[in-house]
Amino acid sequence: MSKTTEQVRKTLARRYRAEKRFRAMGMASVLFGLMAVVVLFTDIIGKGHSAFVETYIQLEIRWDQDELYIDDPTDPDELAYADYDALIKNALRERFPSVEGRLEKRNLYKLVSSGAGYTLRDRLAENPQLLGTTETLWLLADDDVDRYLKLGQEAQESARLPEQARAWVDELVQEGSTDTRWNASFFTHGDSREPEQAGVWGAVAGSFFTMLVTLALAFPIGVAAAIYLEEFAPKNRFTDFIEVNINNLAAVPSIIFGLLGLAIFINLFGMPRSVPVVGGLVLTLMTLPTIIISARASIKSVPPSIREAALGLGASRMQVVMHHVLPLALPGMLTGAIIGMAQALGETAPLLMIGMVAFIVDIPGGPLSPATVLPVQIYLWADSPEASFVSMTSAAIMVLLGFLIMMNTLAVVLRKRLERRW
Amino acid sequence: MKLKVIFAGLATALMFSTGPASAASRDYISIVGSSTVYPFATVVAERFGKTSSHPTPKIESTGSGGGMKLFCAGVGTEHPDITNASRRIKKSEFEKCQANGVKDVVEIKVGYDGIVVANAKSAEQMTLSLKDIFLALAKDVPNPDGSETLVPNPYKTWNEVNPSLPKMKIEVLGPPPTSGTRDAFNELAIEGGCKTFPWLKAMKAENKSKYKAICRAVREDGAYVEAGENDNLIIQKLEANAKAVGVFGYSFLDQNRDKVQGSIIGGVSPTFEAISSGEYPVSRSLYFYIKKAHVGVIPGIEGYVREFTSEKAFGEEGYLSEKGLIPSPRAERKAFAKAAKELVPMTGNEL
Repeated sequence: MSKTTEQVRKTLARRYRAEKRFRAMGMASVLFGLMAVVVLFTDIIGKGHSAFVETYIQLEIRWDQDELYIDDPTDPDELAYADYDALIKNALRERFPSVEGRLEKRNLYKLVSSGAGYTLRDRLAENPQLLGTTETLWLLADDDVDRYLKLGQEAQESARLPEQARAWVDELVQEGSTDTRWNASFFTHGDSREPEQAGVWGAVAGSFFTMLVTLALAFPIGVAAAIYLEEFAPKNRFTDFIEVNINNLAAVPSIIFGLLGLAIFINLFGMPRSVPVVGGLVLTLMTLPTIIISARASIKSVPPSIREAALGLGASRMQVVMHHVLPLALPGMLTGAIIGMAQALGETAPLLMIGMVAFIVDIPGGPLSPATVLPVQIYLWADSPEASFVSMTSAAIMVLLGFLIMMNTLAVVLRKRLERRW
Repeated sequence: MKLKVIFAGLATALMFSTGPASAASRDYISIVGSSTVYPFATVVAERFGKTSSHPTPKIESTGSGGGMKLFCAGVGTEHPDITNASRRIKKSEFEKCQANGVKDVVEIKVGYDGIVVANAKSAEQMTLSLKDIFLALAKDVPNPDGSETLVPNPYKTWNEVNPSLPKMKIEVLGPPPTSGTRDAFNELAIEGGCKTFPWLKAMKAENKSKYKAICRAVREDGAYVEAGENDNLIIQKLEANAKAVGVFGYSFLDQNRDKVQGSIIGGVSPTFEAISSGEYPVSRSLYFYIKKAHVGVIPGIEGYVREFTSEKAFGEEGYLSEKGLIPSPRAERKAFAKAAKELVPMTGNEL
């Protein structure tokens, strides 16, 4: 046996062991990452799932003309100023006739959400013939009632609901006058300070308009910059300098772009605060480097033979780019753009500076009306004192994660379906 | 074809970026300011938006100081109409307002907010005096041997501060210095305890800046943990750690009574009644300021202000008290409701 073989034999076991260890370490890293994801998801889903249903209370509402101070139920002015809360208060008093005293009655009235009066208003506006009749309606319960019913047996002891109110709620539950239903308003309403009436739709619309502006600006500018740098620009000190700068910009903390946006768009150009246009402009600055870098990479991956063939057949350089390089590079560019957009969708820090961290109830109607975005909505809810907002926060995180997963899946699908390999 | 898409995109982009210049006017009220007043102002704004024909006002939580800066920047629709504050406007801020053309500023006091010291429900309720708070949290404290000198805070556990307190490590979670709650806590609780030492109190007349430096400095050796602006986070941390004590606004205590309990300070526990009557020592006033030049220009300001100062909002049984705002006494409410109607501007002499 030669000396070399002998040496190999000696160390063979050790090398196998080292390889096993190396593999085990890799597996452990993957497992650690997976575990973190599992913990995160169980925490968020565990906290947030209860926000997707809410409690309703069944009450007998008498549409009393005198209580409402309405003569003509088709007159919008009278409808707007009528006292709908009085109907609910009446119904509650009739339901619990034994309740007396100011304080007790106040607690009683608090069983039903303060938004229920507006539900009655809308119902009467649609059905004026209801006036004078009596009907059984399901009305939204207050968040304290909702939370009390969602808590477990032992935790109920310490809920915020007053002692008496618990007895009333228990009575309602026994009689089947409470119901938990799908929380549709969570997906159709804007923000609210009452957890049971708050929804994410305003933030989703705000995110949509912001992303629209970002996409409309960042994609064409990014692609144009990438095409010029890759296909037309001469290789010299100046283009090297630009390249270094683009790579640097991609690593700049996002809050800096917010400060820049505040200084330029709001203070210098006098654009309004808290609007998606400014948010979109700031996020454009932030995502541009990402888009340029990925667009350049996908242009680079188009084989030179295609360019040479087109040039050989007499195409101009612009024709080469427009007819051949760009269509082939587009799937990669789109993937890069979608990933850049997903990053922008989850961004709050730069928006802090330009006033998009605000309480906005009305659903934004366009890129010029005040709006907030999903991650900011999550931040605002996480900061609210009402305990029910904890589960609302997690539910909003689930919505945001849903959008992010959708966007990233789209990027993967696009790449799989359109990408050409050479 | 792809080209067309790109050009269409560019065209829309151009349209968007030239749009705002022409659309500078604003039909909604813009409000900025204190994060302490934010939970109350938002409730009023939401109700106002639902009951009136005006859009719901937009409210940004910028902190009292940041709000004043934006508010006093000038007159015109690009500047906010109202700013909330968890303290009164400073003379310097008022002068800055004047210098920038914001001449008529109307002051409305909306009520009180208590700052509570609380711990987890699973732990024992604490009974503290202002002096205990000062000794436990100040950076430098009077020498324990009784001489009139200062030593860096030597106390590690609560029972070293006061033998009647539990033998527990001093670990207080509270807001960072940028917060209005922290300002008020330093001023009312820590300085309040500092004043109980006669020789330190005497220093106030002699050397005010030195007095302030001693009486408002919080220790930085790890006993006071800056837990960020998020009070919910403090509550979650208290729940997880029964030995820790937290500092936050009364409304968070009110909403989380199932998790935390307020400590008794100076013999008074932080209840609605005690803060309202002024018995509870750590409470402050909340305000908002209206830019009178915008009234009539931005629609709905009068309506919003009237909604805020109506008895059904900031009154004793108003909906704001349910959110944790402590109402002012009746006479004061009446005066401010009247001021809100007449919009009498400040002269600057009252500061």
